[in-house]
Amino acid sequence: MFESLSDRLSGAFKKLTGKGALSEGDVREAMREVRLALLEADVALPVAKSFIDRTTEKAIGAAVLRSISPGQQVVKIVHDELVAMLGGAGAGTELSLGANPPAVVLMCGLQGSGKTTTTGKLAVRLKLRERKRVLMASVDVHRPAAQQQLATLGLQAGVDTLPVVFGELAPAIARRAIDTAKRQGYDVVFIDTAGRTTIDEAMMREAEEVSRIVRPNETLLVADAMTGQDAVSVAEAFGQRLGVTGIVLTRVDGDARGGAALAMRTVTGKPIRFMGTGEKLDAIEPFHADRIAGRILGMGDIVSLVERAAETIEQEDAERLAKKLASGRMDLTDLLSQLRQMKKMGGLGGLMGMLPQIGAMKKQMAEAKIDEKLLGRQEAIILSMTPKEREKPDILKASRKRRIAAGAGVEVQDVNRLLKQFDQMSGMMKQMNKMGRKKGKKGGMPALPPGMGMPGAQSGAQPTLPPGLGAGLPRLPGMPGKGGFNPFGR
Amino acid sequence: MSWFAKLKQGLARTSDRLTSGVASVFTGRRLDAAALEELEDLLIMADLGPAAAAEVAQNLRRTKFGKDVTELEIREALAADIAKMLAPVAVPLDIAAARRPFVVLVIGVNGTGKTTTIGKLANAYKRAGKSVMIAAGDTFRAAAVEQLQIWGQRAGVPVIAKATGADAAGLAFEALEQAQQANADILLIDTAGRLHNKSNLMDELKKIIRVIKKLDPSAPHETLLILDATTGQNAHAQVKTFSEMADVTGLALTKLDGTAKGGVIVALAKAYDLPVRLVGVGEGQDDLQPFEPEAFARSLLGL
Ligand SMILES: Nc1nc2c(ncn2[C@@H]2O[C@H](COP(=O)(O)OP(=O)(O)OP(=O)(O)O)[C@@H](O)[C@H]2O)c(=O)[nH]1
Ligand SMILES: [Mg+2]
Repeated sequence: MFESLSDRLSGAFKKLTGKGALSEGDVREAMREVRLALLEADVALPVAKSFIDRTTEKAIGAAVLRSISPGQQVVKIVHDELVAMLGGAGAGTELSLGANPPAVVLMCGLQGSGKTTTTGKLAVRLKLRERKRVLMASVDVHRPAAQQQLATLGLQAGVDTLPVVFGELAPAIARRAIDTAKRQGYDVVFIDTAGRTTIDEAMMREAEEVSRIVRPNETLLVADAMTGQDAVSVAEAFGQRLGVTGIVLTRVDGDARGGAALAMRTVTGKPIRFMGTGEKLDAIEPFHADRIAGRILGMGDIVSLVERAAETIEQEDAERLAKKLASGRMDLTDLLSQLRQMKKMGGLGGLMGMLPQIGAMKKQMAEAKIDEKLLGRQEAIILSMTPKEREKPDILKASRKRRIAAGAGVEVQDVNRLLKQFDQMSGMMKQMNKMGRKKGKKGGMPALPPGMGMPGAQSGAQPTLPPGLGAGLPRLPGMPGKGGFNPFGR
Repeated sequence: MSWFAKLKQGLARTSDRLTSGVASVFTGRRLDAAALEELEDLLIMADLGPAAAAEVAQNLRRTKFGKDVTELEIREALAADIAKMLAPVAVPLDIAAARRPFVVLVIGVNGTGKTTTIGKLANAYKRAGKSVMIAAGDTFRAAAVEQLQIWGQRAGVPVIAKATGADAAGLAFEALEQAQQANADILLIDTAGRLHNKSNLMDELKKIIRVIKKLDPSAPHETLLILDATTGQNAHAQVKTFSEMADVTGLALTKLDGTAKGGVIVALAKAYDLPVRLVGVGEGQDDLQPFEPEAFARSLLGL
C-alpha cells in the first residue's frame, strides 16, 4: 500500500540528476516526500514537522549536495536521525528497580493497549532472567474480569498475584499490594491499572492516587504500535500526571508502521524500553530503535521477517529440504512443502511488506503477474499426484496429467507449466549447488518456486541466511547478508 | 447524556486544538494556499491521513478559494463535506427477521472492544424485546470467557461457553445449534483478538465461518469488524485484510469518548464502501450509538 521512502525519493530526485549539485530548494522538495512518509506511518504532525526541520538543515549542510546518489543520502540522514531520536539514553534498557525492595512498577495506558499482557511478560522476564520474586496486582475494578485475567496469567506464568477481594477499590488494592509485598518479601511488585481515556478526569485522579500510594520506581506507559495522531495527547496526559519513566510499545508483531513511537518518545522525553512481539508470555524484547525506524520509513523490518520465518518454518522441514538441496535431488514433495511454507508466511503480500526496497519488487511482481492464488493452485496440482508421481515426475504422461488436472480443478497446461518450471528449478538448483560448493557456503538459498521467477531481479549475489533458515526461504533480492541489515547497501 | 453530547465531550479537546487552529487561521482571512495547507494539517491531526486530508482541503479550494471567509463558514463547509463523504456508509445494522437466528460475528485485532461491543449489543437487542444469545468464541485469552459472562449477566442474556483452550470453531458450531434449537432471534459470536497479518489466526477465523455455514449457509449474516478510534493509518490494513479473509459486512468504531477522533474512517469510507454500523462512546452498557455522519463530522470540527 505504501511506497517506500527510497522509491519516493528516487522519484523526487530523478528530475534532478545530471544537475550536478542540489540546491536548498531541491532538498526541501525531497523533504516533502519524507514528511508524507512519516504521516502515513502515524508520526504525529507536530513531531513530524520538527523532525523535518532538523533533518532538512542537516541534509543541506551535509554531503548531500555533493553526493552521487542524493536520494540514498537523504534516506540515510533521515534514517539515522530517526534512530537517534527513537533511541538515545535508556532506550531498550531493563527496568531500574532501586536498592530497596520491593521495587514497584506501575503500568498505565489507554483501554486495550496491552497493559495486562505486558505486566505478565515483564514479570516472567524478571523472574527468569534475574530470579526475582515477583508479585502482580490488578487494580482494575472497572473492566469485567480484569483481575481474573491477571490471576490467570499469573498461574500460566508461575508468578504470584495478589488475592482478589471482591468490592475493594483501586487505592485499597494498591495499599494491600504494597503491604503484602513488604511483609512477604517480594523483590518486585507490578501494579496493573485499568485502561482509561485521558479526559476521564475521575479515572485520571484515581490513577494519580494509586501512584501516590505505591510510589513507583518505574511508571510504564503501555502503548499500541498502531496508535495514530492521538499519541501526543496520550503521552502528554500520562506523562504529566503520572510521571511516566518509560514506554512499552505493544503489538510490534503487527504490520503497523509504528510512527506513534516517535511521538511518545518525543513528548514524554522518556525512553522506549521494551516492545511486545506476540501474545505469548515470552514475546517481549528490549526496544530496537533501528528496527522501528526502518518500519516508519517503509523500508521494511528485516529482523521481523527473519524471526517470522523462523517461527513459521518447521525446523525439520527446513533441514530435510536443505539436505535434499545439498544432494542436488529434489522432488515435487519438497516443492509442496516449500509452497506451504510460503503460504504460511502470510503469502507473498505479507512477506513482501516486510522487505526493504519493496516498492521496486512489487512492481516486478505486478509485471510478472504473480498471483498469490497460484500458490494454492500449484499446491492442489501436487496434491493430486500419487507419491510415486511426486518423486519421479518423469513418469507423468498425458493420461496421468489429465487425471491430475481434473483432480486439482485446473487445465492440463497448468500441470505442464508447473512441471516445466520444476525442471528449470531443479536445473538451477544443481547449478547453485555446484557454485555453493565451490565457494564453500553452508546453506544455499533455494530458488523461487515455479511461477515465482522474478524478471529483472538481480541475479548473482546470493546472500545467505543463518543456517537452517535459508532452506525454507524463497530467494528474494535485497535479502540481507550475515552482516545484518543495511538499508542503504546495494 | 445524549450520544451527541458524549461524543462532543470526547472530541472537545481535540476539537479545541483543531478549532483554535482553524480560528487562528481563518478569522476574517482570505482562503489562500497557505491557509489551505494549515487546514490540511489540522485534518491530518484528526487521523484522516495525508491523502484524505488533502482531498477534503482540495474540495474547499474548489468552492471557497480566494474568498474572504470566516472561521465559522470554514468549519461548516468542512463538516458538510466530510458528512457528505460519510453519508453513504452510515447504514445501521438491520436484523432481518427472516434470518433466524440472525448471526453476528464480531472480529478485530486485539483490544479494540469486541467483547464490550457484544455486551452493549446484547443489552440493546434484549431491551428491544429480542431473544439474544452470546457465544464466547474467544477461547484463547485469559479470562475472556469470564469477561463475556459478566456482560451476559448484565444484559440478562445466556452465554454459551467452554473452557479456555477449547476449539473456537467447535464452540461457535454448538452455540449456533443451541440458538437454533432455542429459536433465538440473534446470536452474537465473540472471537479472540487477532492481528490481521498472522495467517494461522486468520485461518482459524475462516474455519469458524466455514463451520457456522454448515448449520446455516447464509450465516454469518453480519460480520462486524471492530476498529479502535485510537488506531491510525493501520486501520486500512486491518479493513483490507479482514475483508479479504472474512467478508466483512460492517464496521464499528469504538472509544470515541477519548481524545482520538477516528478520522481514518473518512478515508476508509471512500476506499472500502463498508457500512459503519455503530460507534462506542464509553465502557458502560449503554455507550453504544448509531453512526451519524453529520454529528461525527461536526464534532470533529468542534461545531
Ligand atoms: N473508553 C472506551 N473504552 C472502551 C470502549 N469499548 C471498549 N472499551 C474498553 O477497551 C478495552 C478492551 O475492550 P474489550 O471489549 O475487552 O476488547 P476486545 O476486542 O474484546 O479485546 P480482546 O478480546 O482482548 O482482543 C476494555 O478496557 C474496554 O472496557 C469504548 O467505546 N470507549
Ligand atoms: Mg474480547
